[in-house]
Amino acid sequence: MSDTLHYDVAIAGGGLVGSSAALALARRGLRVGLFERRYCGAQASGVNYGGVRCQGRPVEQMPLAIRARRVWDRLPELIGIDGEFTVSGHLRLARSESDLIALQSWADMARDHGLHAQLISGAAFRQRYPWLGPAAVGGSLCATDGHANPRLVSPAFARAARAAGADVREQTELSDIHHDGTRFQLRAGDLRISADWLINSAGAWANTVAGYFGEAAPMKPIYPNMWVTEPLPLFITHNLGVYGGGIYARQVARGNCVIGGGRGHGDGEYGQPSTETTRVVMRDACALLPALREALLIRTWSGVEGETPDSNPIIGASRTVPRLLHAFGFSGGGFLLAPGVGEVLADLVVDGATVTPLDAFSIDRFAAIATSPVA
Amino acid sequence: MSDERRIVIVGAGPAGVRAAETLVAAGVKPIVIDENARWGGQIYRQPPALGGFERSKKALYGFEAHKAEALHSTMAALLPHVDYRPDTLAWACETGRLDTLHAGRELSVPFSHLIIASGATDRVLPVPGWTLPGVYTLGAAQVALKSQGCAIGRRVVLAGTGPLLYLVAYQYVKAGAQVIAVLDTSPFLQQVAAAPKLVRAPSTFAKGLYYIGWLKAKGIRIERDVTLVGIRGADGVEALEWRASREGSPIETIACDAIGVSFGLKPETQLADLAGCRFRFDATNRCWLPEVDAMGRSSLRGVYLAGDGAGIAGADAAELAGRRAALALLDDLGIAHPRGAGLPDAAAIARSLKRIAVFREGIEMAFAPPAHCASQWPDDMIVCRCEEIDASTLRRCIRDGDANEINRLKALTRIGMGRCQGRMCGEAALTLLAEETGKPLDAVGRLRSQPPVKPIPLSPRMLADDIAEIPVEARDE
Amino acid sequence: MPSISPSAQTGAPLCQPQFVRVAETRRAPLHFFLDGQRVAALQGDTLLTAVLMQQRRVRESEFSGAPRAGFCLIGACQDCWMRAEDGTRVRACSTLVTEGMRVLSRLASVETATDNGAPDQAGDPR
Repeated sequence: MSDTLHYDVAIAGGGLVGSSAALALARRGLRVGLFERRYCGAQASGVNYGGVRCQGRPVEQMPLAIRARRVWDRLPELIGIDGEFTVSGHLRLARSESDLIALQSWADMARDHGLHAQLISGAAFRQRYPWLGPAAVGGSLCATDGHANPRLVSPAFARAARAAGADVREQTELSDIHHDGTRFQLRAGDLRISADWLINSAGAWANTVAGYFGEAAPMKPIYPNMWVTEPLPLFITHNLGVYGGGIYARQVARGNCVIGGGRGHGDGEYGQPSTETTRVVMRDACALLPALREALLIRTWSGVEGETPDSNPIIGASRTVPRLLHAFGFSGGGFLLAPGVGEVLADLVVDGATVTPLDAFSIDRFAAIATSPVA
Repeated sequence: MSDERRIVIVGAGPAGVRAAETLVAAGVKPIVIDENARWGGQIYRQPPALGGFERSKKALYGFEAHKAEALHSTMAALLPHVDYRPDTLAWACETGRLDTLHAGRELSVPFSHLIIASGATDRVLPVPGWTLPGVYTLGAAQVALKSQGCAIGRRVVLAGTGPLLYLVAYQYVKAGAQVIAVLDTSPFLQQVAAAPKLVRAPSTFAKGLYYIGWLKAKGIRIERDVTLVGIRGADGVEALEWRASREGSPIETIACDAIGVSFGLKPETQLADLAGCRFRFDATNRCWLPEVDAMGRSSLRGVYLAGDGAGIAGADAAELAGRRAALALLDDLGIAHPRGAGLPDAAAIARSLKRIAVFREGIEMAFAPPAHCASQWPDDMIVCRCEEIDASTLRRCIRDGDANEINRLKALTRIGMGRCQGRMCGEAALTLLAEETGKPLDAVGRLRSQPPVKPIPLSPRMLADDIAEIPVEARDE
Repeated sequence: MPSISPSAQTGAPLCQPQFVRVAETRRAPLHFFLDGQRVAALQGDTLLTAVLMQQRRVRESEFSGAPRAGFCLIGACQDCWMRAEDGTRVRACSTLVTEGMRVLSRLASVETATDNGAPDQAGDPR
């Protein structure tokens, strides 16, 4: 029988949430084991759109979002690279007067949380954004938002966690997770692992982990549909979204335009882009950004994300087992939040509490449906 | 033909044409999708129909003229019996459906049965300076001559390895182009050692020897066992530096304005990957190939593979494999095999293919790509042409322990993310990974294909009018 | 994307052809426009052939500005994409040149032609 590896905290799932938690905990001196069955940051954390965006979030996410946003400013210090994080501003486009009204009311709400968004419309809007198609009548610009490269950022957090002393194990799938009354016992192949705390950051597969402890959240896998153009002369100056519109676009420094919208398809394990969705979004993208016409689309991709009925994540303590913390179900909006979630989880482990309100993210807010887990 | 049955062939080279011929002879009418403007594939590529090209088939195809003629006239005769779609790119494949692009317009092509005869490209390995104007693959050098009546330059050096090296040299000199030297990275002894396998295709072997003898008789310089050091020039090729591979050999410089260089052929497997075929590593081809059974069935029901797109075996094998895949398809439909002159049965095909397979092993032995070439690549050499990623970027990522697998290397360094989606750099990246990690080539991953198979324009012209809205529940940012 | 101005690179004259015609020279001539200059080609030339009978590049790298002249000639390497003056993209090796075609090979002329409103106008906050 092989020896058991003991950790203060075991983390199931090496995406951006798990990796940032591993880093935050290691920096606070805890012995951390991060277990990822494939490669760190290669699932939702690596294939998402890359928006680093506070704008458009519901009020219950604001404190967490603002806290997370502050971590983004410290990326070089924390993970050694800037992850191509660009504070480009996020421009959320309105296609009608009622959209503008909705954007304004969001801006009013956000101001109460210290976040500033500026509405522009009419002639000033047209003059400032001649590269936007006529369907956009105005927009809300949150100048402190931006975008980054998920393929670089997520693995970099795992690397930094390892450098800070965490034991980061890729290609290591956990099984037989249970609590023996004192601590958590886990297995990974021949490895035996024990830990005082367990963090469930297994993303779209988190219900598997939760299920070991009789918990579940109503979460279904979704497959974002993404595509990218060849490098083009720079013309998109902000990270773009459309109010209620389902298309989002950004242009990276090398000139490629990264565009997303709609859904691909998948089997819960892997996601594939859908040519039908791509076609729709191509048409809408050309209408929104006429300069894209005649550009070459060179690649499409998808991935697996976990979506909850209210599109809010599950973050917080388990209701059945002490010292089990859940952090999953980010419903497509996790990239900005994840570095903040890591700090929050470290607070909960080390201090037993966190200043960031988490009530809206409790796992049992779906009590009526929690008994029929959807994975 | 029943409504449920929609048979599609992708590719109109030797494999695709013979597959179509076999199906038509059995009373089936396939759709034939061809990315090129005219049927023939690469080996039997025809010059454009426009313009009045005059050279005879003998001038174009030499010893293969009669095979080219046979293939071309077969397809011409098939035209009323097939739905032939030239200038059509199949850019994505989901279950039961191909997405195609023709003249700027999109068209979905549903299928019940699909034969993928996608052919091959040159196997490309980088040489310092290879992005300079004037550097082409050997296949490109051949296409320039065959299809356009052009040599790639005034003073041409042909380099690399493989049977194509000598064939292109022969064709160039015969056409009056100036070939300064033929530089083969494979040692002569390697070629001698392969002879017992090469004689399994005696006429092909004899032709190869003939080309080499002919070139020598013309005084064309042929060097074997060379190492290509670098390509020099300001805005285009001006010289090639090379040396004998033996330690301590001095570098020699050849003034030239064009270089044709590549190292054999590599199957185009992207559509098979998108269709969902299972892959396995093939030692002879040194790459991952879609699995095929003895008749050409892939791991997916209703999807068949034939020709160089399923493994390099040459034009003769492609014709046989195309027929064989069509026979498998007919079996699966419960349709009797067609009988007739010139239509060999499955058993005869199997025997021929087996013999050719041994010959191919000999070719791969005789003309193996240079071993341990990645360690010779200077740090500042571009490995990924599209994204201009150099060797130092890749080495740093691998040596930092961040990537020991090709898709991970791609995610972190951008290699393979450009317009060619890894066609030109994939081989180099795998080779570098294998050499740096000390793992064998089959243990560093397989580059996953992603749609579109080739870049497609975003032009709204290509979009049909009846496109749905994005469903409400899919709206997020 | 870098703001290198590649057309200022010195070296061999830019008008030296890369390709050499060794056969099929009796085809009918036609004319097309390369970077605004009217030049000759032959019916049945691909755009790549036609351009490389005029100069040693079909495009310039968007990253380094270095000249490129295609590579595989069979539509695999994607190294020969050019831009027509109206903005359309054409893959030169698989497109036949036509009478009056107007194509661009230099980055500078590309950026002028596709100017859709310069970025960073009006002091956008970044």
